Amino acid sequence: MELKGKWLVTGLIIAISMACVLSLFASSDPDGLERVAEDQGFAEKAEGQEAIHSPIPDYAVPGIENENLATSLAGLIGVLIMLGVTFGWAKVLKEKR
Amino acid sequence: MHIPDGFLSVEVWASLWVVAILILVVAVWRTNKKLGDRHVPLLGVLAAFIFAAQMLNVPVAGGTSGHMLGGVLIAVFVGPMAGSIVMGSIFGVQAVFFQDGGITTMGANIINMGLIGTILGYFIYQSVKKAVKGDRGMIIGAGVAAWIAVVLASAACAFELAASGTSPLGIALPAMVGIHAIIGVVEAAITIAVIKSVLKTRADLLKLPKI
Repeated sequence: MELKGKWLVTGLIIAISMACVLSLFASSDPDGLERVAEDQGFAEKAEGQEAIHSPIPDYAVPGIENENLATSLAGLIGVLIMLGVTFGWAKVLKEKR
Repeated sequence: MHIPDGFLSVEVWASLWVVAILILVVAVWRTNKKLGDRHVPLLGVLAAFIFAAQMLNVPVAGGTSGHMLGGVLIAVFVGPMAGSIVMGSIFGVQAVFFQDGGITTMGANIINMGLIGTILGYFIYQSVKKAVKGDRGMIIGAGVAAWIAVVLASAACAFELAASGTSPLGIALPAMVGIHAIIGVVEAAITIAVIKSVLKTRADLLKLPKI
């Protein structure tokens, strides 16, 4: 694992800072698709159509009153899940020695 | 641009699920046994980075926001096939854990915001890189590919909405492409910024075998 060490740590710190800190400053305006859906009047087609109920909807951990904390925690959980999922499949697909 | 459940008709979302799965099966098959030790930590960091970047909506125009997609960025580092698996996993995690994008529409979202960047975007990147030598070719290629990938993603989304009878193409296409032509500039800027900073600090990370 030649890439281990400083670069890896720096990269992770950047990712976690983005997910936990910068995310608090993210715009809550509708995105491009949501904007078009609102303008063209088809936004309500998605209402109540969710196929599943996600544990952390809209990147806010439910049950936490402080909105910032709820978002930061969601970001941290997301980053950890991504690391787990990626190392998981990469381990399976890695060249065997 | 995450399409929620309810926006696409069964025919459209089911077909796109099939296409997404077929491409991802090929990607897994092509990646299998080719990943080296050096790829793995980089894949983890980039997956975490792109997930985090997708949380960061920046305001664009007229009360609209957009966030980066990252397909071209990941492909520039690890290649289109390994990159496609990363993007597929990001949209999977977002839909399942965070209600960001639907479950029925996950195939569409993986294709639009992931595979268009990792595969078509990578092809554009490679073409520019062949024409313009050196690091400059890499930076220009990645920027151009990133912008085109976002615009193509929005066009694909508009076609899917139209095919589903949700919004007529004549309305959805110009509206989606118009907004995303601006969001694409953000995508290109971030993609270039990341590549430039890695070129400066750890250029070897960009020279790993592409899968």
